[in-house]
Amino acid sequence: MNRRIFLKTSGLTLLGTALTPRVFARMAQASGTRGKKVLVAIFQRGAVDGLNMIVPYGESAYYSARPTIAIPKKDVLDLDGFFGAHPSLQSLLPFWKDRSLAIVQAAGSPDATRSHFDAQDFMESGTPGVKSTEDGFLARAMDPPNKEPLRALAISPSMPRILAGSNAVVATDIARYANAPSTKVFGSMYPEAFEASRILRTLGANSGTAYPRNPLGDALSQIARVIKSDVGLEIAFADAGGWDTHAAQGGIDGQLANNLRGFSEAMTAFANDLGSRMSDVVLITMSEFGRTVRQNGNRGTDHGHATVMLALGGNVKGGKVHGRWPGLASHQLFEGRDLAVTTDFRDVFAEVLTKHLGVPSMASVFPKYEARRVGLM
Amino acid sequence: MKRILLAGALLLVAATPRMAERQRAEHVLDRLAFGARPGDVEEVMRIGVDRWIDQQLHPERISDRAVESRVAKYQREVKLPTREEAKRDKKMARQAGRAAIGDLSAQRILRAAESERQLSEVMVDFWMNHFNVFAGKSIDRFLITSYERDTIRGHMWGRFEDLLMATAKSPAMLFYLDNARSRSGAINENYARELMELHTLGVDGGYAQKDVTELARVLTGWSISWGGPLARRAAAGPAGRGTADQRSAPQFIFRSAAHDQGAKSVLGVKLSGGGIDEGERMIRVLATHPSTARHLATKLCQRLVADDPPPALVDRVAKRFLDTRGDLRATVRAVVESPEFFDPKYYRAKVKSPFEYAISAVRAAGATIDNPLPLARQLKTIGQPLYFAQPPTGYSDKAEAWSNNGALVARLDFATALAANKMPGVRVRTDDAVLLAKKLGGPEFQKQ
Repeated sequence: MNRRIFLKTSGLTLLGTALTPRVFARMAQASGTRGKKVLVAIFQRGAVDGLNMIVPYGESAYYSARPTIAIPKKDVLDLDGFFGAHPSLQSLLPFWKDRSLAIVQAAGSPDATRSHFDAQDFMESGTPGVKSTEDGFLARAMDPPNKEPLRALAISPSMPRILAGSNAVVATDIARYANAPSTKVFGSMYPEAFEASRILRTLGANSGTAYPRNPLGDALSQIARVIKSDVGLEIAFADAGGWDTHAAQGGIDGQLANNLRGFSEAMTAFANDLGSRMSDVVLITMSEFGRTVRQNGNRGTDHGHATVMLALGGNVKGGKVHGRWPGLASHQLFEGRDLAVTTDFRDVFAEVLTKHLGVPSMASVFPKYEARRVGLM
Repeated sequence: MKRILLAGALLLVAATPRMAERQRAEHVLDRLAFGARPGDVEEVMRIGVDRWIDQQLHPERISDRAVESRVAKYQREVKLPTREEAKRDKKMARQAGRAAIGDLSAQRILRAAESERQLSEVMVDFWMNHFNVFAGKSIDRFLITSYERDTIRGHMWGRFEDLLMATAKSPAMLFYLDNARSRSGAINENYARELMELHTLGVDGGYAQKDVTELARVLTGWSISWGGPLARRAAAGPAGRGTADQRSAPQFIFRSAAHDQGAKSVLGVKLSGGGIDEGERMIRVLATHPSTARHLATKLCQRLVADDPPPALVDRVAKRFLDTRGDLRATVRAVVESPEFFDPKYYRAKVKSPFEYAISAVRAAGATIDNPLPLARQLKTIGQPLYFAQPPTGYSDKAEAWSNNGALVARLDFATALAANKMPGVRVRTDDAVLLAKKLGGPEFQKQ
């Protein structure tokens, strides 16, 4: 797709440049309308190819490992002279320039598993390598649990592991939940289930912001609506699927490019929708692992190790690719094939939970782990 | 020694508390069927619980003509559009894909709700989930019809190694996990990994990354023939057997030109010389491996007994699996005829999945399904669209996945609409819609 068509098909890009979170943050401070701090976590399930998402275009080994799926240097959106964003992330670029978008490259879990299920489980329990942990680390971050029914929200058909053990509201469609036809018959049988729906009925109207028509856009528009309604939300969670690109993942166009565009535009719409409230919000993206440095036999990539995480919000130290770059030379690779993890995903979350949400201690959130400073906040 | 063991086993049986006969009947209808219809409990008690189980373990002996005539109209031929056809008429191709999955969902729902071979339908649900294939992946929506009918239903009461081999050679799986495209020198390790992690050994079953890569090499060349004239003739066989559907459908093919002929080593098994035999041998090794026995026993007990099944039962089921060389009827029998299966503490101890919930509600209400397609759409609303689990793990079989307020309210909406006769395609006759809704939405009915 050429650039002209791309710009035409993503009108959201223009909105993104017009109003950026720093501007909103200043406006918010001026008017004194500060709300509760919120963390939004997005899980890119299926293991996103961090190397084609945030491209180390300054590294020749990247190009030799990926003869037909690498993102050419001329096509990346340059970030810092070494890394460049996939062109599909165009809509997020204004936030990078405005330093509201931070990137952590070579992030992940220290556990070596290449099983989707185990790696997601370890990441969401917050205890890599330990299978017996029953709750999710975001549930532990809300300890002591208080009675507020809408402190955590997951837009999901089932309780995500990361919030297991919490009383998070879980729904795919909060409007349907709020106006459930079963309320009259079952309100007294299940008072707790309908407590959240009562609050959801008080939400403000949907904003006019145009979200892309994909599941993440749909989830983030609902989350934004709840944040703006000031009903006590602190932690929100959504999934984004389709990253398991074993075959024909494409380069500047194709499967991964399309998925990244939808992902980027959903996040952009969210930030624009929240406007000044974005200064109270940090959005973090995560994925269970990355993908092989070398492309496989089918112009795709197999299960790897480290990947990339994004942090978007009013107060993150953005405009910078954080984390130590481990390099792509053979001897630098994890088990001789994958990008090595140099930033533990727990370091990223510990910093945001502590500095943004004000969680006093990480001792129970990430047991037996001493988080290291990333410099995101 | 033997006598002491026997005495111990007798003591165990005697020591395990038992359910009352009526509870036993309700329990088998909950776990080995999609819930009781009005009158079913009495019918099972009349037949006798043990005899009913035995009948269900031999579905081929149960006449199922009524439901077969009901599903006939949804057995339309599925034809994969050629690349040219799909290009020429995208709308037609989209509609054809939707029709294929619609027909398939309609059959699944009707059979789950009305088949006399209830345990078979429970096991179809189990094996389709164990060997999950995602209909949302491109042309897989055209391949799942044959996958369910021939691969899963055709092998699920036989030996596990035959079932495993059939899935390994099914176009649906070859396409879903990309093995069809894996070639010598250009491998794709997706299927090889899930074959060991999910289908056989289990994630802690004792394999390493090196085994994944080597197994992927073994399986290079296991691919799909897209149904050219030659493939059609081969499928028809010398006597021209096979339905029209099978003759035009994609088929398994071993492409020796794409196969890695080099020496390999998987799980300590040394292979040299190459060929399809290597893959077939490894499938048999995996199918009969002790880790596989343990993994399958755990999953079966999780599905049929409890989220955290008693270890002693898992051990015995795994042993039965190994002793019978993977006889699936004998293995399932080991679960359902165990004293633990009828331990009162497991009575209504499992949370129903959305599919189990919806079908059991329709059955309990004595509802008539005029059109199963709106029900298929409802399954999406309550969180479990048929054939659309994206990850190879399939849907969870444990309570925590399905227990949350939003999911509960979605189920309550389902119960309310069903009882009030507001569910399109389904008819309920009741004098008291609120009473019926409260029964179907009540805490007891969420469990089985």
